[in-house]
Amino acid sequence: MEAKVNNFEYVEKPEIVEIETDLLIIGGGMAGCGTAYEADKWATPQGMKVTMVDKAAIDRSGAVAMGLSAINTYVGENNPADFVKYVRQDLMGITREDLVYDLARWVDDSVHLFEDWGLPIWKKGDDNESLDGHAANKADKPSLRDGGKPVRSGKWQIMINGESYKVIVGEAAKLSLENNRKATGVDQNLFERVFIIKVLNDKNDPTKVAGAVGFSVREHKMYIFKCKTALLGGGGCVNFFRGRATAEGQGRAWFPVWNSGSNYAMGAEAGAELVLMENRFVPARFKDGYGPVGAWFLLFKAKATNSLGEDYCVTHADEARKLYGKYVDNIGTCMRNHMMIIDMKAGKGPIKIHTDVALQTLGETMSKKEMKHLEAEAWEDFLDMSISQAGVWAANNMAPEKVPSELMPSEPYMLGSHAGCAGLWVSGPGDFGPADYFWGYNRMTTVKGMFTAGDGCGASGHKFSSGSHAEGRVAGKSMVDYCIDNPTMPEFAETADELAAEVYLPMETWGKFSGYTTDPNINPEYIRPAMMQQRLQKVMDEYVGGVSTYYMTSKTMLEEGFFYMNMIKEDVEHMCAEDLHELLRVWENHHRIVAAEAHAQHIYFREETRYPGYYYRGDFLAIDDENWKCFTNSTYDKNTKEWKVFKRDYHQLIPE
Amino acid sequence: MPSFVIAEKCDGCKGQDKTACMYICPHDLMKLDMESMKAWNQEPVQCWECYNCVKICPQQAIEVRCYADFAPLGASCIPMRGTDTIMWTVKFRDGMIKRFKFPIRTVEEGQLSITAGVQDVQVDISKIKEQGLYTQQATGETFQVPA
Repeated sequence: MEAKVNNFEYVEKPEIVEIETDLLIIGGGMAGCGTAYEADKWATPQGMKVTMVDKAAIDRSGAVAMGLSAINTYVGENNPADFVKYVRQDLMGITREDLVYDLARWVDDSVHLFEDWGLPIWKKGDDNESLDGHAANKADKPSLRDGGKPVRSGKWQIMINGESYKVIVGEAAKLSLENNRKATGVDQNLFERVFIIKVLNDKNDPTKVAGAVGFSVREHKMYIFKCKTALLGGGGCVNFFRGRATAEGQGRAWFPVWNSGSNYAMGAEAGAELVLMENRFVPARFKDGYGPVGAWFLLFKAKATNSLGEDYCVTHADEARKLYGKYVDNIGTCMRNHMMIIDMKAGKGPIKIHTDVALQTLGETMSKKEMKHLEAEAWEDFLDMSISQAGVWAANNMAPEKVPSELMPSEPYMLGSHAGCAGLWVSGPGDFGPADYFWGYNRMTTVKGMFTAGDGCGASGHKFSSGSHAEGRVAGKSMVDYCIDNPTMPEFAETADELAAEVYLPMETWGKFSGYTTDPNINPEYIRPAMMQQRLQKVMDEYVGGVSTYYMTSKTMLEEGFFYMNMIKEDVEHMCAEDLHELLRVWENHHRIVAAEAHAQHIYFREETRYPGYYYRGDFLAIDDENWKCFTNSTYDKNTKEWKVFKRDYHQLIPE
Repeated sequence: MPSFVIAEKCDGCKGQDKTACMYICPHDLMKLDMESMKAWNQEPVQCWECYNCVKICPQQAIEVRCYADFAPLGASCIPMRGTDTIMWTVKFRDGMIKRFKFPIRTVEEGQLSITAGVQDVQVDISKIKEQGLYTQQATGETFQVPA
């Protein structure tokens, strides 16, 4: 097809707003909010400007937008070294132990701040009963900072009343930004509803960050931010595989539907090294609504079985050991999936979680009032963070205290904050760990001045909400450090006009061609982004191990997939946008496609099945520690559009 | 699904520059029809059912009809979000009703202080290359390194 050009003949040229700042925070989720808080403390007395940009509204942006019923990383009475062992185990032996340990030593402070700011945290009562955040205050229970005892659902998890979790953390971040804005005398340093599409490199040193460009989804305005240092604070990657839902239920992704892999794509296109992009997370959750299972398993002690009443993690353990050896003991999340999938393939489903038995068992020793409290706790778990699941129960007349519920492993997701470890390769803290894990600034990527945290930071999963905030803080402080050492404002290689032509090309395409056919959805000159997303999902699902093949792929299947993927890449420039909303979808899918390709390339490179239950290489079904107990890293050349994938050493820092 | 807007109740957030639902939706789904001056969900297949539009609507004009490709009709979850608690009314398809009330915050919105809990001190910038966040500077709290 003929190349598309934008001469602004069919779309009006946007107003161009240019902003200069010292620190730029891209994404106002938990990580970005942590960065804003910490950066303000260090940057403001130095007169450095801190600016945040988010595609949504900070009150309800990012993965915590709906709320959460638990904080999954709170070290408390435990030891950071044990946290490293737990994360290493769950992520199949390969993790950046310096990053995980570093996170564990700071994370509690973020949780303490959340409580100071008004997040209700469950506490243990005098008789060891659970008190919600309000009841705990009424009973004068001390805060966690002052020795209050949280209600643990697991060794690392604590229960909260988290409906307004993000509103609270966002309010604090906005106050920090406001503090910095007043001190530095700028008019505006928080830009909501502006979507960043790419990071810009320095004209004089392309290995350095210079800023970022994006557009408002509300006004016809393009934003160019010039900065000394930037944080990639976006989310993971969702809906790049065909989902289990067939129509409008596709919105009910387990991870937020708005996470479009922007960190990975923008990082890669800016020249940053990625790590473990083959890693994915396939959560086994309540079917269709994707309600969380953590509290059910850990707090309410529910059990899951196949239709014969068998615990698949017991019945298949010996068989699994033949391929996965020691990784079957101390069983991790993917291995649990693996055993479940064996039964599903054998027709021994449906797999059910016995919520009814769990609640009845707990109820045996409870008064009616206590039982009612327990039931409310069970429902709050969904109503705080996965309301659809409550809807699915109600729509099917399923009361959890009366009937069990079906579990289902979902479509694949990529993320760096939850039980996964895809992301960018970053420098560690430097006060411990090997030399090849440290290049000057904690959480800096291999692009100078470009930092990341939360979902963007790879090889260090299990940070969750609190850890993402804490990691954002670590990055925020390092960014100030970098700014002091690198005081020169970079320059752009691109002109504002060139950038505008690129950003708004899909709207020019729409204006030029949409009148050619009577139905603008079907037009030989372009593809709408919603359809492009479907096309990507189908290729990923069929060739890269999605649900339709029970997560199975191989060298030959991947090669076939690359054939189709290459043409998707060619067609990216032919996406169209009728309005600013659709322009947002175009660029989200641009990001999704780059992230998806990284995922496929990494799976292709790693000739083993490191994460059984998440995906399988049919041609290398076993774990191969001898050759593959290492990081797999990659770089992307945005000009040739080619990937280079290679190994990096894994160093064990914490003994078994 | 997708959130839907009850035509009779929506007043387009009269007199404001944008509607509350447009302001809050994390995925840019809610849109104001300038002719009818009523909001609508422009891309239901992208709706996460996060309920933020439902919770924020000053007219209580927005509800959610559970994803029709897998959920039977007839149920609803209706929130009423107050200043420090949220009340939920869950209606089952068969008419059974369950009601719950949960805390949402312990400090009133707008009253939050970023210096609460940790003493507000000026950081010593000469120590920026040392380990430790602001809190460790402010409190002198120690931290761990691996054995």
